[in-house]
Amino acid sequence: MKEIEKTDSFKSVVFAPSARRFFKEEKQDQKILKNQISGKRRAFIFTMKALMGFSVILTSALVIFLIVYVMIKGIPNISWELLSSKPSYTSDTIGILPDILNTLYIITAALVIVIPLGAGAAVYLTEYAKNKRLVSVIEYAAETLSGIPSIIYGLVGMLFFCQFLNMQKTLMAGALTLVIMNLPTVMRSTQESLKTVPQSYREGAFGLGAGKWRAIRTVVLPGCIDGVITGCILSVGRIVGESAALLFTAGFAHALNGFFEGLGSSGATLTVALYVYAKERGEFGAAFAIAAILMVLTLLINLLADFAARYFKKRRDR
Amino acid sequence: MKNKKQILETAVHGIFLILGLITVGCVLLITVYLVISGIPAIKEIGVINFLFGKEWAPTASEPRYGILPFILTSVYGTAGAVLLGVPIGFLTAVYLAKTAPPKVKKLVSAAVSLLAGIPSVVYGLVGMLVLVPAIRELFNIPDGASLFAAIIVLAIMILPSIIKMSITALESVPKEYEDASLALGATPTETYFKVSVKAAKSGIAAAVVLGVGRAVGEAMAVIMVSGNAPNMPSLFQSVRFLTTAVSSEMSYASGLQRQALFSVALVLFLFIMLINAALNFFLKGNKEG
Repeated sequence: MKEIEKTDSFKSVVFAPSARRFFKEEKQDQKILKNQISGKRRAFIFTMKALMGFSVILTSALVIFLIVYVMIKGIPNISWELLSSKPSYTSDTIGILPDILNTLYIITAALVIVIPLGAGAAVYLTEYAKNKRLVSVIEYAAETLSGIPSIIYGLVGMLFFCQFLNMQKTLMAGALTLVIMNLPTVMRSTQESLKTVPQSYREGAFGLGAGKWRAIRTVVLPGCIDGVITGCILSVGRIVGESAALLFTAGFAHALNGFFEGLGSSGATLTVALYVYAKERGEFGAAFAIAAILMVLTLLINLLADFAARYFKKRRDR
Repeated sequence: MKNKKQILETAVHGIFLILGLITVGCVLLITVYLVISGIPAIKEIGVINFLFGKEWAPTASEPRYGILPFILTSVYGTAGAVLLGVPIGFLTAVYLAKTAPPKVKKLVSAAVSLLAGIPSVVYGLVGMLVLVPAIRELFNIPDGASLFAAIIVLAIMILPSIIKMSITALESVPKEYEDASLALGATPTETYFKVSVKAAKSGIAAAVVLGVGRAVGEAMAVIMVSGNAPNMPSLFQSVRFLTTAVSSEMSYASGLQRQALFSVALVLFLFIMLINAALNFFLKGNKEG
């Protein structure tokens, strides 16, 4: 008992709240400085501290500027009319409802396909694969996929889905392109969560006479839900922000469609619409309105990802 | 009965194997498609003429397909972005990983994550309306859409990758190294820069390579601020990158011009593959070291 107390108090000294640690370091620095170290060293310390401070302030200022600027320019342009209508040439108004719906459709379609594929690949890697070489090939492939820029996905998606499979420029072709793009994300996060399923669970299932598939279905798969969800959140973030891969695969029409009809026709997502309005039509009001919406979405997705990570960690620790 | 079960097991195993191999299939698909569609134009134009030709004029009466301007622009643009972005990202990472109070660290990390999540078209839009006019005013040139504008936008866009990856590398430095350095009389700041950074150098190198990959592959933000004329690169002139060359003409190109664009994509893909290989090399070094 005593020993535990001892370690605890020891901890509180070593891992003192970092703010205090910071000042302590400051003092430590100063103390050493007082004890006199060469001017050269003092200059080094001072320069590095100044540069670090400068960099952090610059980075933070950039983020704050981006948020504030986009919000100030964007929010006044957001109106109910903009959000709830489609663009009309007769009355010369812009509406982004079709773009919002297209974004939702493409997210849904891409996730529905990418989850089984990514999770399945992860299950194979952690549960089945025995050949180390094959595992490293698959992992290398996943790494390669995550390094390929989206413009190349767009190009290959256009060649393969739109032309070779004759899907034309449709949301479905765009969604399939995004599936390839997000495959490594879902695979990796599922893999991480599968690694946390204790080996004893599997052994328990086998011990009760379950076959491999039954063990996976009843014990392993429920354990990978958190990884799948994390992967989904990350993928949604990526899909919402994607534009280059969609320009050539999903096109940029603004028609108002239902889900299945929409998947079979060309359509712009919010980011593509932003690009078209800003670059090709000079409609900066609408572009900033979309930018503000995208900014809020990004913020929400980030918060959600953070929340999910913390929630799952807590649940696991329990 | 047992036989049935075995068949099921084999079938399930097979299904999962296929799912596992899909990733490999996708990489092969992309590679094969790019090579097949990229080679014909290079053959027709000639490797030397294509890679080292200084003029891109596909619609001229005597069409020319030289992509040296694009290659050099991509190289210069990336180098510039790295030159600006890496020191800032690196120093921010050292601060966040080593000396920042927890609250500051949490806040700035969240800000950096946000920076990573902002869609590239939003960067493009802000760059187009803030940066480009500012450059025009500041340097007194007729059009601010230039390589310089693209470099700044790219530098900002690669910051989050560099910061996050460097933080991971710096945080995995064994505490004993730092303690030893402190015990020998180095101040904390000296320790961080002379011991921690050295111990994490391969992770930091990976962070830089990751940033390079991001910068080379970025298309949409760059197309909105770089002016997009196929000039040889010069800091204050309108330029075209490898990525933007593909995206700007793809929608209307046909015939040899279209095929040449596929070849441009192939060149871009080769660059990315090289960068990926470098990234893997450094990451492996990080694991072992």
